[in-house]
Amino acid sequence: MNALRSGVVKTVSLDRERDIASARYAVSKVCDELGARALRKVRFVTAVSEVARNCVDHGGGGWLDIEILRKPTRIGVRCIDEGAGIPNIEEAMRDGFTTAGSMGKGLGGARRLVDIFEISNRPSGGLEVRLVSAL
Amino acid sequence: MTRTSLETVLAILREEFDELLSAWLETQKAEGVRRPDLFSDRESRRQLGELLRGLGDGIDAADDQRTLNLEAEPWAGLRAALEEVTHERVERGVSPSEMATFVLALKQPVFARLRQKLEAAPDKLIEEITEFSRLLDAVAMHTNEHFIAERDQIIERQRTEMMELSTPVVQLWDRVLTIPLIGTLDSVRAQEVMENLLNSIVEESAEVVIVDITGVRVVDTQVAQHLLRTAAAVRLMGAEAIISGISPKIAQTMVELGVDVGEVTTRPTIRAALSDAFRKVGFSIERRGDADRG
Amino acid sequence: MAEAASVYLVERVLLVAIRDNITDTEIMNLQEELSDRIVAEGARGVVIDIAALEIVDTFVGRVLAQLSSMARLLAAETYVVGMRPAVAMTLVELGMDLSGSKTALSLSHALRRLRRDGLA
Repeated sequence: MNALRSGVVKTVSLDRERDIASARYAVSKVCDELGARALRKVRFVTAVSEVARNCVDHGGGGWLDIEILRKPTRIGVRCIDEGAGIPNIEEAMRDGFTTAGSMGKGLGGARRLVDIFEISNRPSGGLEVRLVSAL
Repeated sequence: MTRTSLETVLAILREEFDELLSAWLETQKAEGVRRPDLFSDRESRRQLGELLRGLGDGIDAADDQRTLNLEAEPWAGLRAALEEVTHERVERGVSPSEMATFVLALKQPVFARLRQKLEAAPDKLIEEITEFSRLLDAVAMHTNEHFIAERDQIIERQRTEMMELSTPVVQLWDRVLTIPLIGTLDSVRAQEVMENLLNSIVEESAEVVIVDITGVRVVDTQVAQHLLRTAAAVRLMGAEAIISGISPKIAQTMVELGVDVGEVTTRPTIRAALSDAFRKVGFSIERRGDADRG
Repeated sequence: MAEAASVYLVERVLLVAIRDNITDTEIMNLQEELSDRIVAEGARGVVIDIAALEIVDTFVGRVLAQLSSMARLLAAETYVVGMRPAVAMTLVELGMDLSGSKTALSLSHALRRLRRDGLA
């Protein structure tokens, strides 16, 4: 039961395409447990789906931490991949940017769906994306 | 080292409970935060009594005064009492500074008693006054935080209620809905309008919705974007949106702003939109032969 | 495949109900199966029911759009039906309006329109 917990409550590994669905399911469940409104939940889980797909398709896989933040209660996700990172993050965030044949609404779209969107290249390589939304 | 350096304060809280309670009430009265208009004497005494008890229990049980943490277990009783008091005062419209003064009014009567009891031990007196002051400041702070959180909740609730009032979705006919927009349309409101409308589409199995902007003061690029997004979402649901109430002036502004409505149907009046909507759901309006043609 | 979506032929219309939390591969396979069946059955209409989908992200949105374009090339009209309000709002926010597909409230609404247009 996550209703009273805070901090990281679950980690989902993102190695294969099927893991994207698992990540959506896990985040959706935490949203339900926290009593999120339908629209809030759908927006957040959709953003998670975009970020998780980016991790699997372009980041060579990685993992995703689901965390609960308090005062006020919010949900957060940190997605980390072990790929090469993105040389020009601003450019990648623009709508229509595409690398591997996707239509590129993914990351830019995800940013519009959440309250806080942070993206950075990790010093040790790979990309880190953090999403936070109120419920 | 005793568990608490506030043993004299604790003794006062326990032994002079009733006197202290009365003195606290008096100070509140003097400070003008007693609010007899809102709370009866009996109610106030009961609430203050709970607070004093919570305070005493906390001081007694907290093992280290230096790491003063009101979120910790020993303070649960005090927190509960504070939350009740705050809740009721927020509901009745008390201000945040009144709320803080309400708590801090306890200092004076406690200090007066401490001075009496510790006349012969000035160092101890200063220590207890400092410590108790610190504790009560923390309590006031906690009260304030809780007060603000409570008030935010009330504001949010009122906003939601107003939103529901200001964006009513009205059924005009089977499968035909309208939402008359009035005033300004910012992003938050636009989203709520959209949510309201889409949920109504599901509930009423609506096929046509008329978004009437006759009462919208200004249509700038952003408002136009909101309207077009609403129309797009309505279409995704499988219904059709008609935007009505486009005055010649609004039409001119929209062209000047370069707004392209694309496939979205627009009509100058709700009347024109309604006749369109009827046609789309398979009805027609005709004048009866015997009607008064006056 | 069978678990990802169920496909039935009614009149000359392929009815497709997509299950929730479908994976990328499953929906790509569905796209392939559907194009084969449109030709094999001579279907003139395709109705895709997404009422079970809690989430439609840009990937699924794009596949739905592609499905419609592909069906049109094979002379079948596609309706996407049953989209939830929160999904519709999110898709609009993502800039995906599925402008190439037709939409209807439900399966029966879509069938009525297909009949009206002589496609069912």
